[in-house]
Amino acid sequence: MPTEEERPVVLIHRIPALKQPLASLSERFTLLDPLLHSADSTHSFLSRHASSVRAILCLGASPLTSDTLSLLPALEIVVGSSAGIDHVDLQECRRRGILVTNAGNAFSEDGADYVVGLLIDVLRRVSSSDRFVRNGLWPEHGAYPLGSTLGGKRVGIVGLGSIGSEVAKRLVPFGCSIAYTSRKKKPCVSYPFYANVSGLAADSDVLIVCCALTEETHHMINKDVMTALGKEGVIINVGRGALIDEKELVHFLVRGKLGGAGLDVFEDEPHVPKELLTLDNVVLSPHVAVVTAESFAALEQVVIGNLEAFFSNKPLLSPVKLE
Amino acid sequence: MESIGVLMACPMNTYLEQELERRFNLFKFWTVSDKTQFLKAQQNNIRAVVGNATAGADAELIDALPKLEIVSSFSVGLDKVDMVKCKEKGVRVTNTPDVLTDDVADLAIGLMLAVLRRLCESDRYVRSGKWKKGDYKLTTKVRFTGKTVGIIGLGRIGMAVAKRAEAFSCPINYYSRTEKPNLKYKYYPSVVELASNCHILVVACPLTEETRHIINREVIDALGPKGVLINIGRGPHVDERELVSALVEGRLGGAGLDVFENEPHVPEELFGLENVVLMPHVGSGTVETRKTMADLVLGNLEAHFLNKPLLTPVV
Repeated sequence: MPTEEERPVVLIHRIPALKQPLASLSERFTLLDPLLHSADSTHSFLSRHASSVRAILCLGASPLTSDTLSLLPALEIVVGSSAGIDHVDLQECRRRGILVTNAGNAFSEDGADYVVGLLIDVLRRVSSSDRFVRNGLWPEHGAYPLGSTLGGKRVGIVGLGSIGSEVAKRLVPFGCSIAYTSRKKKPCVSYPFYANVSGLAADSDVLIVCCALTEETHHMINKDVMTALGKEGVIINVGRGALIDEKELVHFLVRGKLGGAGLDVFEDEPHVPKELLTLDNVVLSPHVAVVTAESFAALEQVVIGNLEAFFSNKPLLSPVKLE
Repeated sequence: MESIGVLMACPMNTYLEQELERRFNLFKFWTVSDKTQFLKAQQNNIRAVVGNATAGADAELIDALPKLEIVSSFSVGLDKVDMVKCKEKGVRVTNTPDVLTDDVADLAIGLMLAVLRRLCESDRYVRSGKWKKGDYKLTTKVRFTGKTVGIIGLGRIGMAVAKRAEAFSCPINYYSRTEKPNLKYKYYPSVVELASNCHILVVACPLTEETRHIINREVIDALGPKGVLINIGRGPHVDERELVSALVEGRLGGAGLDVFENEPHVPEELFGLENVVLMPHVGSGTVETRKTMADLVLGNLEAHFLNKPLLTPVV
């Protein structure tokens, strides 16, 4: 372990609700946390103490704006600790040549597991029939409405990144067929590629949304895509709420123009459109798709790994390409 | 065949009921108030019984129907059919194997994910408005990938569960009456040893006299406070009272249950627990599979009465 003098300085960026980072980080780095110095505002703290800071660790989805970045003239890297990175001003980072890393594969398996869980839940009515039983309705009503079989379902994956490819791998033995859309066709992948999401939706029974939120992908699941998917279609979203036109989604679901949905993310969390709260063909989740007791240990490894690689001029573990 | 009397043991499927009505002389047992009287009156008319997991053909019923030729079950499990009696009397028995294997296995995995990742609790949390208030902490969620899955009964359904769990990098252990050769899964010679060596224990064997309460106090203790029980078999596979007290006292980590000892009654102590998922016996409950099962029941009956080979005979 480096001695106190040898430990490189890392600035912690977090919203007050998020706890301090893990203890193992302070063994290796000198952590500067503005929120622990309540006498100063963050702005003045940074102006006075952070002029030589080269690395910032952004906890969770704490927004990192160009305002904050402008107070850090020596900044060279933003180390993210979540699957998505849309809360960081990537344009500003690109402009200044600041490197950015994300959680890499730390959350891929947990995210993929959750997608499959949501899909089975929607198709086989797991949560809604659990409600039925818990409300004491089984003796009274007898059978619960039948679900729909997974086998033979055509699954379209929107974004075949680390989470998307783990989803595909898991769904194959269930008898699902896999196709995908992505910014570019992946050369080593045998699943059929669709250049646009509408085309994919037209040939799918299920759409799994697990891509990054960018300017291009905002509201990419829109009215046309939902129409193409059809009234038996199911959408699973573990990406970001804004990937889907939420008002249209609600409209489609309420009118029976879509078969069902499993949603872990929403446009205005923690607010969920109230029309969804009474539907039995949707499964709702409070943005926890990658939260498991084990995932934090994996994340710690990635964060420490990226910071150590940066400070020793080695290749980063999970750099984000800033196009 | 409209004159052939068929007795349907209980409501099970509208399409099946309609087709039986169309093709045979259907008697709906559940609509009869005096069953003894009814059987006495119709004993020479009824040549077939259609049953399921809830009600089938026990010794008493078989004895009351001297003209009974075939029992066609709308299920793969035959614990509600007195097989010994059927063999004795030369009554044919058919079930619905294979066609429901995938749906049941899918649900087993769905239950594992729902329990470990707290899907139902999360859904309740959002629906109740608690997420907006933000002051309630959800219970701990556990990763599913890589967890060891122990399967009791490596038949069609057990193997289908194993195949799916493998895609999640789950090591597979199993218990079976005899060890299966050439399998990459690890065999344990007793259920207790299996329970001590897995994180998630799945019941996927038939219900017989030997397997009744195969999940007892000893097995539950071996599975332990982090262990999860998944029952996609039959309610009587599990000593339900022991299970309930273990869950309430925290001696068992969680459970995903599709079946119960006294369906449709489910122990109410379970209703307030976040680490259980409760389903109303829907392992094969999809539109697609129930239709296929119904067609298989009809196909078996037709084959029998046309003197053709049965499609899926057991006896």
